Amino acid sequence: MAETHSLQDMRQQASVAAKVFIQRDYTNGTVCHFQTKFPSELESRQQSMAFWSNSTCFQFSREKINKQQFEETVRTLNNLYAEAEKLGSQSYIEGCLACLTAYIIFLCMETHYEKVLKKIAKYIQEQNEKIYAPQGLLLTDPIERGLRVIEVTIFEERSLTR
Amino acid sequence: MHLGVSESMRECEYNQISTRSSTPMETPYKNRTPKKRKWESFPGRNKFYCNGRIMMAKQTGVFYLTLALILVTCGLFFTFDCPFLALQLTPVIPVIGGVLFLFVLGTLLRTSFSDPGVLPRANADEAADLERQIDVANGSTGYRPPPRTKEVVINGQTVKLKYCFTCKIFRPPRASHCSLCDNCVERFDHHCPWVGNCVGRRNYRFFYMFILSLSFLTIFIFSFVITHIILRSHRFGFLSALKDSPASVLEVVVCFFSVWSIVGLSGFHTYLISSNQTTNEDIKGSWSSKRGKDNYNPYSYGNIFTNCCAALCGPLPPSLIDRRGFVRSDAPQLAPPTNGITTYGATQSQQGHMCDQDHCIQGTKFVLQAAATPLLQQHSSEPVILTTCPENGGSMPGRGPLTLGGPCASLPLGQPTPPTSIPSLGCHEAADMLPIHGHGHSHNHSHPLQEPVAHHHFLTPEEVPSPPGMLPCGSPMGHNHAMQAGFYNPASQDSLHEDSVRGLVKLSFV
Repeated sequence: MAETHSLQDMRQQASVAAKVFIQRDYTNGTVCHFQTKFPSELESRQQSMAFWSNSTCFQFSREKINKQQFEETVRTLNNLYAEAEKLGSQSYIEGCLACLTAYIIFLCMETHYEKVLKKIAKYIQEQNEKIYAPQGLLLTDPIERGLRVIEVTIFEERSLTR
Repeated sequence: MHLGVSESMRECEYNQISTRSSTPMETPYKNRTPKKRKWESFPGRNKFYCNGRIMMAKQTGVFYLTLALILVTCGLFFTFDCPFLALQLTPVIPVIGGVLFLFVLGTLLRTSFSDPGVLPRANADEAADLERQIDVANGSTGYRPPPRTKEVVINGQTVKLKYCFTCKIFRPPRASHCSLCDNCVERFDHHCPWVGNCVGRRNYRFFYMFILSLSFLTIFIFSFVITHIILRSHRFGFLSALKDSPASVLEVVVCFFSVWSIVGLSGFHTYLISSNQTTNEDIKGSWSSKRGKDNYNPYSYGNIFTNCCAALCGPLPPSLIDRRGFVRSDAPQLAPPTNGITTYGATQSQQGHMCDQDHCIQGTKFVLQAAATPLLQQHSSEPVILTTCPENGGSMPGRGPLTLGGPCASLPLGQPTPPTSIPSLGCHEAADMLPIHGHGHSHNHSHPLQEPVAHHHFLTPEEVPSPPGMLPCGSPMGHNHAMQAGFYNPASQDSLHEDSVRGLVKLSFV
């Protein structure tokens, strides 16, 4: 837990330049679906970074944040949430079984929804590591925001020359 | 937990550059503040038991009455009627009675103790972002902003999403703010004082099963008690039968009054489920054809069977509020923590199990730190999103769009009935709709009615953004930042570089 605390601190220390919130899209009803429109705040960010390694400075510059990649991530998330909330035979069986056992089974078993949420958490972590962290972004799992928004934290870029 | 902390302290002392340790400045501070669970600083008006596992509304008196009625009636039935019936008729009767009783109790407790689908309030950043968007849309800078609504077209129907001034969010469709619990609840049905909780998306099926099984149980007990009395009177005469088992009389009375309201309520909710409506929507007539020819329910799946399956056997969403997670005393904020707003935001922060994300954060952090000049202070950049003063939205008591406490349009007690000021005795609007109203029940309401109304009037001015419970978080926040100011110094540059290399290596491994 001390580990977590220090990492949180470090997260704060890497200064947050802005936060962009991707809101929910309710045009299909109450299903969890996020807007796939690429937010304008992310469009014009030029990333120019440098890092030190063994007293040598490497400098490079990244292109603008890839719009297609971002939209793909949001679309995959939407699909995963749709899978979680799908009314299929599996959910019906689960529901009926739970009803017959007076819902005691929920104390022992993990629901389908929870399993998919774990999948989503893993997916977001992967995406953050592979794509967004190198671009100075961090996607927050929507479950931590009550499934209201996808919070994209934009860390401040610093360009450094030797 | 304590062991872990002391270990890291030791780590800190010799090995500051270890990627897994906390700084020496922080750990002693951390030892001082005990870890709080999120339920302890929950902003709504709920009661929590068993360290956050159980969640109920504030007024639970009527729930204990429900429990007592069920336990006493069933207890009397099993003690006085069942022995006779088991001998005279069949022992299956107590068995079925027992099964029904356990099912009723199980579903009642599930309904009362679970999270109905409370939407967590927006943290400071989100609220500020929304405010900014609304201001841009409105273009107005009035003192009192007009009620904020957003229109969405759902399956061809235009639905208005209202902005909740308390929770600082646009309520999703079918969500409503319960004035008794002071929470926005998803797919809000009504606030039921009999179960001592709101009925919403997550516990509607338990509520329905409860009233359904309770109807069966009531009818079961009623019919078998009558059977018992009849059989006894055949043998011993009517008056003698009543004298022999006086408990039966009490049971008959209770069951007689319960049957009408409970069975009526079950019927009403069966209708609601088959048409995929909530009590709230039905009472307001949101999807009634009287409103217009083209008015239809956009959430209905078209046929009764699918609607029923969806409501009762659909996937059960998990709780969004993470009651048992630990409060993180720091959360990445855009502005320095100088005012109460940040406090509010801090307690709305992320869940306890952040370990996976922290690896990411660590990776990002190291990459960025490597790029950054360690000498510079953190807060040099201008935050893009400013945290605005939430008092704008929060300080207006008794405002219309806010408190849709529940569907209590009709209440038989002669009080003026704006939905905001009467606690929703939702279970009884249904009873009102029947020609026979459970008289016994209205008496029960007069007592709890007074309290909640008084509460409401007392509490509406309380829509202030930072409840006192959250204030302790403000100081650690400020403290943290002050400490960070001292953390970076030129002397640690080399260690930081080592860290960064290590961090990059770690990033590639994770």
